[in-house]
Amino acid sequence: MKGLEYRGIETIDGPIIIVQNIKDVAYDEVVKIQDDMGKERLGRVLEVSETAAVVQVLGNTQGISLENTKVTFLGRPFEIGVSEELLGRVFNGLGEPRDGLPKPFIKNRLNVNGMPINPYSRVYPRDFIQTGISAIDGLNTLIRGQKLPIFSGSGMSHNQIAAQIVRQAKLKSNEEFVIVFAAMGVKYDVARYFLKTFQESGALSRVVMYLSLADDPSIERLITPRAALTAAEHLAFEKDMHVLVILTDITNYCEAVREVSTVRGEIPSRKGYPGYLYSDLASLYERAGRINTSEGSITQIPILTMPNDDITHPIPDLTGYITEGQIVLDRDLHQRSIYPPVAGLPSLSRLMKDGIGKGMTRDDHPRISSQLFAAYSYVKNVRALASVIGEEELSELDKLYLKFGDSFEKEFVNQNINENREIEKTLEIGWKVASLLPKDELYRVKEKDIEQYYGREK
Amino acid sequence: MEVKGRIISINGPIVKASGLREAGMLDVVEVGELGLIGEIIRNEGDIATIQVYEDNSGMKPGEPVVSHRRPLSVELGPGLIGSIYDGIQRPLIELEKLSGAFIKRGEKTSALSKTKKWLFEPIAKKGDNVNPGQVIGEIQETGLIKSKIMVPPEISGELTFINKQNEYTIEDIIYKIKTKDGEKSFTLSNFWPVRIPRPYKEKLGMDAPLITGLRVIDTFFPISKGGTAAIPGGFGTGKTMTQHSLAKWSDADIIVYIGCGERGNEMTDVLNEFPKLVDPKSGRPIMERTILIANTSNMPVAAREVSIYTGVTIAEYFRDMGYDVAIMADSTSRWAEALRELSGRLEEMPAEEGFPAYLPTRLAEFYERASRVETLCSEYGSVSIIGAVSPPGGDFSEPVTQHTKRFIRCFWGLSKELANARHYPSIGWIASYSEYVDEVSEWWEKQNPHWREYRDNAMEILNRENRLQQIVKLVGPEALPDSQKIILRAAEMLKNAFMQQNAFDDIDMYASPGKQLNMLDIIMTFYYRTKEMIAKGIPLVKINKIKSIPQIMRMRFAVENEKLEKFNDIKEKMIQELDDIERSSK
Ligand SMILES: Nc1ncnc2c1ncn2[C@@H]1O[C@H](COP(=O)(O)OP(=O)(O)OP(=O)(O)O)[C@@H](O)[C@H]1O
Ligand SMILES: [Mg+2]
Repeated sequence: MKGLEYRGIETIDGPIIIVQNIKDVAYDEVVKIQDDMGKERLGRVLEVSETAAVVQVLGNTQGISLENTKVTFLGRPFEIGVSEELLGRVFNGLGEPRDGLPKPFIKNRLNVNGMPINPYSRVYPRDFIQTGISAIDGLNTLIRGQKLPIFSGSGMSHNQIAAQIVRQAKLKSNEEFVIVFAAMGVKYDVARYFLKTFQESGALSRVVMYLSLADDPSIERLITPRAALTAAEHLAFEKDMHVLVILTDITNYCEAVREVSTVRGEIPSRKGYPGYLYSDLASLYERAGRINTSEGSITQIPILTMPNDDITHPIPDLTGYITEGQIVLDRDLHQRSIYPPVAGLPSLSRLMKDGIGKGMTRDDHPRISSQLFAAYSYVKNVRALASVIGEEELSELDKLYLKFGDSFEKEFVNQNINENREIEKTLEIGWKVASLLPKDELYRVKEKDIEQYYGREK
Repeated sequence: MEVKGRIISINGPIVKASGLREAGMLDVVEVGELGLIGEIIRNEGDIATIQVYEDNSGMKPGEPVVSHRRPLSVELGPGLIGSIYDGIQRPLIELEKLSGAFIKRGEKTSALSKTKKWLFEPIAKKGDNVNPGQVIGEIQETGLIKSKIMVPPEISGELTFINKQNEYTIEDIIYKIKTKDGEKSFTLSNFWPVRIPRPYKEKLGMDAPLITGLRVIDTFFPISKGGTAAIPGGFGTGKTMTQHSLAKWSDADIIVYIGCGERGNEMTDVLNEFPKLVDPKSGRPIMERTILIANTSNMPVAAREVSIYTGVTIAEYFRDMGYDVAIMADSTSRWAEALRELSGRLEEMPAEEGFPAYLPTRLAEFYERASRVETLCSEYGSVSIIGAVSPPGGDFSEPVTQHTKRFIRCFWGLSKELANARHYPSIGWIASYSEYVDEVSEWWEKQNPHWREYRDNAMEILNRENRLQQIVKLVGPEALPDSQKIILRAAEMLKNAFMQQNAFDDIDMYASPGKQLNMLDIIMTFYYRTKEMIAKGIPLVKINKIKSIPQIMRMRFAVENEKLEKFNDIKEKMIQELDDIERSSK
């Protein structure tokens, strides 16, 4: 019953406790747990019967005793307060202020789980976001309202890329983005790096941060992205703002999901992750987009590190099945000091098709990008062949492809971390490298494209 | 009748209740104070296990559960076409009116409009003896589709009353039948339980292909009307794009598109695009033949499980009128995962990878609902099912792909390598197959007697090229003799100029059978002819220089379906150029 306090619990197993002899407890209700030292934590009801409740503790269970712990059921789901005053503030993973300032004035409390967007009420995202990064703008265009994750590996430059996007992201209409940043289990350094980036670009007053860092209790991370997305939904759909959400690192989030599942003895599907990880991740990623009752939008850039650089690992795999494409970073390019090390072939933006071309970027954009993909994919074959028979034995044409491949990586993909390329510049470089190949090889572009752009710079 | 019980425990969407001994297995129930929709999936002793189709957070033990003693059903009648429903047939447009852009739980609305009037044209007459499934009247539901008003499957007897031609709502009484249990009244709509296949007279063999407009499918791996196909592929390989193309261009009369556990934006895409696209045959918007079911990945999991059945039941209803219906289910893996999640919460013994042991049975039952039949009213109708499969890691050896393979007859395996090279549709020609080739050959050979020969030889070229590539990887293509290089050349043409098809190009996105035949004819003629020339000692480098080759490579973008005569020019020019080379080398 709301506000009723229970003393003592039945079992504690990792982040899960069982409370007996309860009455009138609701599924998914928030619980306050106080240990005998007076320390409070929050929890959530995962399962309830007439007499017992299984509670997930959103914090450390260390120090909780069976006897003297006080448990209070709060009679409401997990909520955070929202208002425009969230902007400029830093919160912990559960939505409490972390910046030493008083609680912000709030207008409304919202369930962090949100509600599913009615597919009929969605507005299809179409507006081109210029990130100034050729590998993205030219080949894997980011669209306002898209969910486009970065698949990285440990030690690669995902944070730099995300920060560069935050600094440079620009719409044709020049409207500004507000940024919601959620950190899950990342080191303080990472949070500080982003903080510094926001500061330097003068964006700090347009940023809301939710930080559950590496030394915070892991279970807290289950709430962190939800709190962030709830804030984002408020700003986007009630306040008509364009929100860019960075979630890092999804891998840490998924580990927290696995931890709870394992303790509950659920049957795992792959690598110990529960079968519902897909639905769970979808409940985060699908909170991106646009709706017909608001001018605002939520663009999501989740970052995840692929364990062992393995793209078939359940976390990148399930993510790829939900998001609208992925930017994959490549270890080999990274080691060759190519920045950003965006892998040419496995990267994809599914919403690109409606946001590029005539009237949006440039007429030839869809075709030249398709041509670059096709040619670069052939380069991979030629390189494999060259490593067997030697470069000298290659046909003249294949040698041209090798040259193309090198220029593609070094001139088109590679750029300075502060270099902000206009889309025209990106396309120009694209044509420059494509022009290393004979005209007849370029069958994905139109005759008129060739006339207009082929070999203009030689 | 009403049976009332109370909740005793809640574990996610699985709720247990007592006091429902008199309720039946698979009854629909209203769960909790909010009356959320659920279904009884197990009844043991005094404990009923219920699967809840809406988010049930905040629900408490002790809250009521009510059964009205009827199974989970869909409402069938005029107004289905053009609608978009969630997994339990709630119209999303109505839900938006009730709760805005976000779906609130507990909203109740009926599947078909109760106020819309339909012009009913009676066919049967008072005093007629009518049988199950008999058509007693018609409604022009959309510009494309005439809805038949059929006597429900178990009903027969004398027609004691039938309304005259006029406009009616689905609540008006339209006809009455004196059955052996007394006189019964009927409206324009009725209900059918989703988990029970609708009856028909007889299953028939298949004869005609479902023309999809995708060359790699129609020419190489065709599906028959009434057939089954699976599209497995890792993320981003093109399952949804293929399903969308099929929904747009295939020559079925009705399309039921089920977005099962996938993205919201993909449904929005369909909703935006379909009303703008016109059917090549009738010139009407294709939305006038489409029904959408959207239970996206963030909507409740249990409703995802049922969405597949909702879709197939609606499809059978139109089949029973004598229509050819095609179902796209994207993705059946999400449905299987919903089964797994619910099974896990029921603490059932898992089989492979946590999936319940009854997964293959459920898959078989689903695909078995595809068929070509003689309907109760002696019409011919069909339901074709095309299911996307999303294997973890893109690995086809996983349970859902493997079991699906046992029950389908057409396998369009998508390849990551092709998708990475932006070769779309990325249907791999080595792993894919169709068991319908023999059945549809007759139809195609009526269009062009060489069809089967061309197709088989083209497949042969692709297979030989695949083997040759193993050698090329070691020694490079230059080391091969011309007699083998020509295989590579022809395969290259088949792959780039024929099998690839850009869904975003206005001309290329759909290829009529005539266009496909012409293209195949040109490529195969090129191959036959150059093979002969090479045998005569003419070097391939010379042949490779002809100007027709770039034209052939671009013909898919250059020739519209309505202007097939352009192909004659291309073919003539090619033959001319080859003749010239042959003459000059004599
Ligand atoms: N026929 C095609 N023509 C052009 N582009 C295509 C075609 N098929 C696929 N694509 C490209 O591939 C992308 C991914 O395709 P699609 O969304 O169909 O993949 P999917 O297999 O359904 O992936 P998921 O399992 O993640 O849903 C598309 O956004 C589009 O860019
Ligand atoms: Mg898809």
